[in-house]
Amino acid sequence: MTAAYLSLPRAVQALVMGGVVLGALIGILAYVTLLERKFAARMQSRIGPYRVGPHGLLQPIADGVKLLLKEDLVPAAADRAVFNLAPVAFLVPCLLIFGTMPFAPGIGVSDLDNGVLLFLAISSMEIVGLFMAGWGSNNKYALLSVMRAVNQIISYDLPFLFAALVPVMLAGSLRLSDIASAQSRLWFIAYPLLGQLSFLFFILTAVAAENRAPFDILEAESELVAGFRVEYSGMKFAIIQLAEYAHVLATSFLGALLFLGAWAGPGPVWLGPLWFLLKALIVFLLLTWIRWSFVRIRVDQILRVSWKLMLPASILLLIATAATIVWRLPHA
Amino acid sequence: MSDVRAIDYQGSERLTMNMGPQHPSAHGVFRAILTLEGETVVGVDAVIGYLHRCHEKLAENLAYVQYPTIASKTDYVAAMCSEAAYVMAAEQIGQFDVPRRAQYLRVMMAELQRIASHCLWLGTWCMDMGGALGGGATIFLYCIRERELVLDLFEALVGARLLYGFHQVGGVRYDIPEGWTAQCRSTIDLIERRLDEYEAMLEENPFFAMRTKGVGTISTELAQDVGISGPLLRGSGIAWDLRRSLPYSSYEDFQFVVPVETDGDCFARYRVRMVEFRQSIRIIRQVLDGLPEGPISSRPGVKSLAQVKVPKGEAYARVEGPRGEVGCFLVSDGSNKPYRMKWRGASFSNLAILPHILVGCGVADVVAIMGSVDPVFGEVDR
Repeated sequence: MTAAYLSLPRAVQALVMGGVVLGALIGILAYVTLLERKFAARMQSRIGPYRVGPHGLLQPIADGVKLLLKEDLVPAAADRAVFNLAPVAFLVPCLLIFGTMPFAPGIGVSDLDNGVLLFLAISSMEIVGLFMAGWGSNNKYALLSVMRAVNQIISYDLPFLFAALVPVMLAGSLRLSDIASAQSRLWFIAYPLLGQLSFLFFILTAVAAENRAPFDILEAESELVAGFRVEYSGMKFAIIQLAEYAHVLATSFLGALLFLGAWAGPGPVWLGPLWFLLKALIVFLLLTWIRWSFVRIRVDQILRVSWKLMLPASILLLIATAATIVWRLPHA
Repeated sequence: MSDVRAIDYQGSERLTMNMGPQHPSAHGVFRAILTLEGETVVGVDAVIGYLHRCHEKLAENLAYVQYPTIASKTDYVAAMCSEAAYVMAAEQIGQFDVPRRAQYLRVMMAELQRIASHCLWLGTWCMDMGGALGGGATIFLYCIRERELVLDLFEALVGARLLYGFHQVGGVRYDIPEGWTAQCRSTIDLIERRLDEYEAMLEENPFFAMRTKGVGTISTELAQDVGISGPLLRGSGIAWDLRRSLPYSSYEDFQFVVPVETDGDCFARYRVRMVEFRQSIRIIRQVLDGLPEGPISSRPGVKSLAQVKVPKGEAYARVEGPRGEVGCFLVSDGSNKPYRMKWRGASFSNLAILPHILVGCGVADVVAIMGSVDPVFGEVDR
């Protein structure tokens, strides 16, 4: 089967792989929500979903069916075209990110030589759909929410990018598979000082760039009810939810690839993607752990932390990495 | 509805935003009409009355034996305190004697109620700041877990978890059952340990400090001018606690500290309440150790509505509830029902501080400040 796949033209391969990744992704995403709910429940001395299927295993399916059957409301004052298009405009970049990600050597939709940049570029495109959702709703909560969102995502994409560039510099390549293979001996998280610091920065800025609590000021339901998605119901709400989880999962995959050695692990080679998924889920749970532990911080504080602390610190980290590389590598 | 944005004369764009009556962070049905410039609040209009149930008129039509149960429903988070205020007013008019055991039991229930109420306050306040889908919900569930234990104690005592009808004119209606003392001791021991966990979780958390320190500052002068009471007043540097200043129900027998913080911000109010938690536990321990034997009421058990008649006169009784001074003014015409009754709700008076401290804050601070004021709208609207 592998041989048959490899004999296909590159474009057809990408198409087949795209379908496989998309299918797997939807399934994984559904269960990632369950994982988060169970994890959060345990943190809060609760049980979590338990009724639908054994240990609540069918809960995501029940939720999906429920959301499908719900009434789809469009507010009378909303900008219909923008309002209806926004969930799709939000979902597409969030799923497209996975197209840039190799899941094992040779397995993946694409593996471009500027993979990291492409990943980050597509990843920050989600703001367009988000802004459309907030603006098209013609709702004051939603409007305030997207005003915050634009501020926040622009502020945090830079330190996020810089934190992600540390492994890029250590590996000396922007190609994601090169970065993965550069960690065959030493995972970048184990790289003395630089690795741990940049992983910490990566996680912190990822939480902020993903709008997860404690940086979830744009859906801040105690202030803005549900923020940009306050007017969405039914399947459109489900799509927005799905896109958010896809984005978080993609970032978790990136974190696992940049710092945790991607598909490296004991056992036969075909276990690689599973190891990769496992590591991504660990990063995901790390983000979840932060989410359910802290109180939210204010929008002005978020911006202050970003521009006055995160950005200079991540630039310093980048310079330190560059200095280390120059110092460590023998001059040719 | 049509014109959502109005342009003011300075040319800046102002936005009017409703917070409530239905809002995830409203602690009840409260509507704050905020005028925003960007995210900064420049005007606050508070609308109350959504939960008005004619309590004062109701009291004129219910006998002295009936109303304590209804008095619970003014401040349903601290039902024991409003009951106590009502029966104490009737006792003052009639100069009824209250046995020492009953006084001690009243003190113990009031302090347990304070713990339960502060648990709910801490949880909901953190949920306001942390979100129902974030760290706030975690603390909320921890606090609710502890509050349930206190409610279990109340359930064992009177059979109800929220609205008790524990007090009656001349004493209390129920004595503590067998085994209750041990249950109470283990509960407060557990809560005392858990308080350390909350403090570790919150005070060593930079985000919590960022959200609470310097936010919603009430100066000492403002606190006095507006007439707030309870932890808000003590958080603004005034050591006024009715349990210490005007002792009632044998509070002078117990040793406790009245916490005072001088900063007047949300964090100061938080610290005051955290100390009150521990002081309540301390008082409960003293009550349990020194609970005198004897009758629990100077009057016989309730048999008929006409049983309690209060002589002609008027009185104002006040107790220190978890939110501040809960006062009850009672006018009696000598029958079995009061001629007139007036509540002084702590939440109602404390809410008056909001327009003074909300202006100039961000939207996110509004919910943090609202939560730190800890209003219960059953008591605001009555």
